[in-house]
Amino acid sequence: MKKIISTAIFSLFFLIDVKGQEPIKIGSKLFTESVILGEVSSQLLEANGINTEYYKQLGGTRILWNALLEAEIDVYPEYTGTIIQEILQEEGIRTIETLNEMLKPFGVQATQPLGFNNTYALGMNSEVAEGLGLDSISDLVNHPELVFGFSNEFIDRNDGWKRLRQMYNLTPNSVTGLDHDLAYRGLEAQIIDVIDLYSTDAEIDYYGLKVLKDDLNFFPEYNAVFLYRTDLFERSPKVIPILKSLEGLISEAEMVAMNAAVKLDGNSDAIVAAEFLNKSFNVSSEVIEETIWDRLLKNTWGHLYLVGISLGLAIIIAIPLGIAASKLQKIESMIIGFVGILQTIPSLALLVFMIPLLGIGSVPAMAALFLYSLLPIVRNTHAGIKNIPEPMMESAYALGLPNSVILKKIELPIAFPTILAGIKTSAVINVGTATLGALIGAGGYGQPILTGIRLDSTALILEGAIPAAILALLVQGFFDLVEKRLTS
Amino acid sequence: MDRVFYWYMLHYAMISVQNISKKYDEKEVLKGITLEIPKSKTVSLIGPSGCGKSTLLRIIMGLIPRDSGTVLIDGKELKDSNKLELRRRMGYVVQKGGLFPHLTAKENISLVTHYLEWEKAKINSRIEELLRLVRIDPVLLSKKPGNISGGQAQRISLMRALMLDPDIILLDEPLGSIDPLVRHELQSDLKEIFKTLNKTVLLVTHDLGEAAYLGDEIVLMREGEVAQQGAIHQILQNPASEFVQKFVSAQRSPLEGIK
Repeated sequence: MKKIISTAIFSLFFLIDVKGQEPIKIGSKLFTESVILGEVSSQLLEANGINTEYYKQLGGTRILWNALLEAEIDVYPEYTGTIIQEILQEEGIRTIETLNEMLKPFGVQATQPLGFNNTYALGMNSEVAEGLGLDSISDLVNHPELVFGFSNEFIDRNDGWKRLRQMYNLTPNSVTGLDHDLAYRGLEAQIIDVIDLYSTDAEIDYYGLKVLKDDLNFFPEYNAVFLYRTDLFERSPKVIPILKSLEGLISEAEMVAMNAAVKLDGNSDAIVAAEFLNKSFNVSSEVIEETIWDRLLKNTWGHLYLVGISLGLAIIIAIPLGIAASKLQKIESMIIGFVGILQTIPSLALLVFMIPLLGIGSVPAMAALFLYSLLPIVRNTHAGIKNIPEPMMESAYALGLPNSVILKKIELPIAFPTILAGIKTSAVINVGTATLGALIGAGGYGQPILTGIRLDSTALILEGAIPAAILALLVQGFFDLVEKRLTS
Repeated sequence: MDRVFYWYMLHYAMISVQNISKKYDEKEVLKGITLEIPKSKTVSLIGPSGCGKSTLLRIIMGLIPRDSGTVLIDGKELKDSNKLELRRRMGYVVQKGGLFPHLTAKENISLVTHYLEWEKAKINSRIEELLRLVRIDPVLLSKKPGNISGGQAQRISLMRALMLDPDIILLDEPLGSIDPLVRHELQSDLKEIFKTLNKTVLLVTHDLGEAAYLGDEIVLMREGEVAQQGAIHQILQNPASEFVQKFVSAQRSPLEGIK
């Protein structure tokens, strides 16, 4: 709740420079280990009296890296292999010192490794692997019939599938992309045979998976580090030593245990992080466990906030645009074409496009939702006015009323049911699309859905999906009622 | 001098159309047409489909721009700057669908007087007056156009056109889509109303019988030009051209069916 309000206030005044009191913004990627590490850093900073704001499970490497460059976040956990191959597009192994030389131009530095290497690996159901006599990745060459299911990021990455298949000369018949957390389920259900693993995944032990040997040494080291903006030295010099105090502190076994505590035992990220800090630093950070009702209330507010402002702005802008399109022939096709093109951009892409322009959080999400809501309202306003029969318009003009009065008293009221139908369409689409806002840290009902996918928890997914569906129905029902009132 | 003044009063043109041309895309709808509508006369504008009669009416009203020529309303040239003011001196009735569906009959009728900020009492007494003139059941006033029959809707449209007591009434096939029985009754009523009001009326119709019945004078148009203007007996007796001759004899009598 507090976060929602502070985000709200922040976004309303995001033009005002509040440097100095700005909280340290921490981000994390869309998988459990990253979320835990983000939580650890955030709680440790808070325990040292530094105000933080935590944008968890924002998305993949590109989103986090860009957010860091744009100063939308100040810190996030990353892996050395990813920095070298995916961010810097280099190869081989580098020391942290060399890496930091290379990161300098970006205004970014890395801490020393936190203590564990979470490398990529390929894994299989051990019975299947044994049955086929598979031990290393090279052995896969003779089994193109096996179904490969990889996380989408792994498929696209330089240090992922693209180069792996070249190096090992793999030609499987079927490769599908899916969420990493769902891959274990697919493996268990034997829908897929081979998946990408993170070596610190708790599921490897839990499901008794066979980790195939990287016999050609394709995967580099993925030592976990924190990436941070170098301007923190000036803005908040205390932060970096605190982050550095985590260096070498988290062993592979400890990370696997923390991942298991969250993913397998269902503990919250915050509590697991707090326990680790308590043990390692003897600091007790207060973690208030939210009840489902707290979350529901917070997410409802977050969602209504996104939908309300974006839809409200869309109505204010789209109706005049629709009127302009219906009156000014010169710009008619330009307006309709422009809002039409906006609609063809996939909603996820539109959200990501907003990051370089408006950063992360609710402001870019609202901007994307706003753009998305324009077309139905503009189109219906335009059509509602244009479709007024000619004799009716002639009669209106013949009365000798000025155009503004004709617009207000005749055209808009006659077009109103059509305009309302456009607003309804926008509102319903908006409620659904707003769930994607969580991907860029905007909150709302998408938040529990994302966490639910990450933790493989149907209950959490439903915690977001059901209210979102109910809200869409309520919105639809509300507009149906208004329509009925109008026509009766 | 008195004689001149008397002549002038008799022949004073309330509407004067001079050299009006109008093209739609490449099609020339009006070809430099010149026409005068005398004050206090009812003139029927008639001609085959596409002869430009409705276009001419719209140009007189300033609803569509003309390519060239001048329109004088009571001696004043119609321009963009005085368009609204002159329109309020003209009442306009279209064939059908001219009433605004979201407003009741009364709201339709009083829309323009509300805009002009007439007092309520004045609006109501004017409506009372018109109700008697056009013979309408006051119950209709609270209905929306969707619940009003075609014939009654045209009476309401006429009331709306007359609300500001205009000098001129323009009607574009006002009875064009009305049932024959209702139409007959409305024709009689219209004739009486025009007589009572003694205003300048320009009526577009494609029915020669209606044109002759309602009009003191007939203007017969053909392909954007005036073919003949005059009283019906003049046109019947002295058709100006073969076209006029053909047009007036193209009307079929129902008796032909039983021959």
